[in-house]
Amino acid sequence: MSSQSCVTIHKEWDIVAARQMGREIAKQLGFGTVDQARITTAISELARNIYLYAGEGKVYFEVIESLDKKGITIVATDTGPGIKDLSLVMEDGYTTSGGLGAGLPGVRRLMDEFDIESETGKGTKIVTTKWVR
Amino acid sequence: MGTNDLDARSYTDLLKGYIETRDERALYGAEQISKSFIKNNISPEEIVNMHIQALLEIYPELTDKIQPTMNFLLEAMMAYGLAHQEYQLLREKQLRIRSEIEVAAGMQSMLLQSEVPKMDELDIGVISVPANQMNGDYHHFVKGKDGTISIAIADIIGKGIPAALSMSMIKYAMDSFPENEMSTNTILASLNRVVERNVDPSMFITMFYAQYNPDTGKFYYSSAGHEPGFFYSDKTKSFKEFEAKGLVLGVNPDTTYMQSELDIEKGDMVILLTDGVTECRKGDVFIERDEVLEVIKTYMHLPAQDIVNHVYRYFEKIQNFQLRDDFTLIILKKVV
Repeated sequence: MSSQSCVTIHKEWDIVAARQMGREIAKQLGFGTVDQARITTAISELARNIYLYAGEGKVYFEVIESLDKKGITIVATDTGPGIKDLSLVMEDGYTTSGGLGAGLPGVRRLMDEFDIESETGKGTKIVTTKWVR
Repeated sequence: MGTNDLDARSYTDLLKGYIETRDERALYGAEQISKSFIKNNISPEEIVNMHIQALLEIYPELTDKIQPTMNFLLEAMMAYGLAHQEYQLLREKQLRIRSEIEVAAGMQSMLLQSEVPKMDELDIGVISVPANQMNGDYHHFVKGKDGTISIAIADIIGKGIPAALSMSMIKYAMDSFPENEMSTNTILASLNRVVERNVDPSMFITMFYAQYNPDTGKFYYSSAGHEPGFFYSDKTKSFKEFEAKGLVLGVNPDTTYMQSELDIEKGDMVILLTDGVTECRKGDVFIERDEVLEVIKTYMHLPAQDIVNHVYRYFEKIQNFQLRDDFTLIILKKVV
């Protein structure tokens, strides 16, 4: 069973809306306080990337509930400039924000599964999942 | 129980203990557990969470008021946690790079090693210590079939790995020259062409090249912009700087060099060095070249290897054991 919710990001306050929606879903799924904070931080990071580099995009949430596991999947999509060198942005220590953002490697560490597709000039799609332990 | 649960349990116990006793022993326990957190990779947000859980257990009645503040603190710790993880990953990466450089340095010293020739009339001492892992100084001894020994001492202007890599090239160029058939100035002229052709224009090499013929007692030498060494005459009990002028290697392919010669007698001493010796610093002040001589004078009654070791130890100490430049010192003492 899965259900979907969505937040459109085009101004900074939309980041807060995305955080709030994600945290609510995580809480309902039974994530602990620390994992809730991790999921929310990952959402912030993805939404802020859209806001800063793509200008506009969407953050979707999918709830995954099967017999043996439950989790939340965050999908961040944008139609921005895309990322030219994926291995560079996935490298620890690489940053365009002066080292204060968690960056995509941070998101990957906060979550359990992480996938990214990007095409220059077309946009970026990131899909990341965290399972309830 | 995982280490995380174990730490959480002892955190709660320690906190309880401290609330009861308020003594230093419990605080010492907190210090210990803090180290255990780091060892077990426990992030700041997890520690805050442990504190929340401990509070719930110890003061359940305070929960309503305190818990929101703790949740707030937990959120405030998130970026720290991520930065800490990144720091650890970068540290591992740095260790990996370090060990790779160590392998390279080991290979360099194997490639460039030069055995000090043993001979009855000349007592030779050598020390060469890199400031970082790879040495940008180079020295080389060759003993010819006729008993002549050739000595090269060189310094690459520029440090670290690029300098070290260029050194290997110099060594192989020198190896390809016919042994002892060339004069010191033609060797420098040939090396100059090799360097000019093969090395980046921003990199220069200084070199002092000498040959000693034990049969005649003649010492021939040429310099390519190298830090001048010293000659000690036992007869006059005085030190003299080698006068050798020449352009550094690699500037102009047509540079020529001069050869000078000197008679060496029993008790005389030849001191060859790189600027890592003469440019030692005490704090921000460079030492005087005379200071090097003073230190050598103190130990010159000892065997050559002991002299160079003592001089190195002296300068290592005045620089707080942090060399700023590669340090190479060669001393030849005529004993017979």
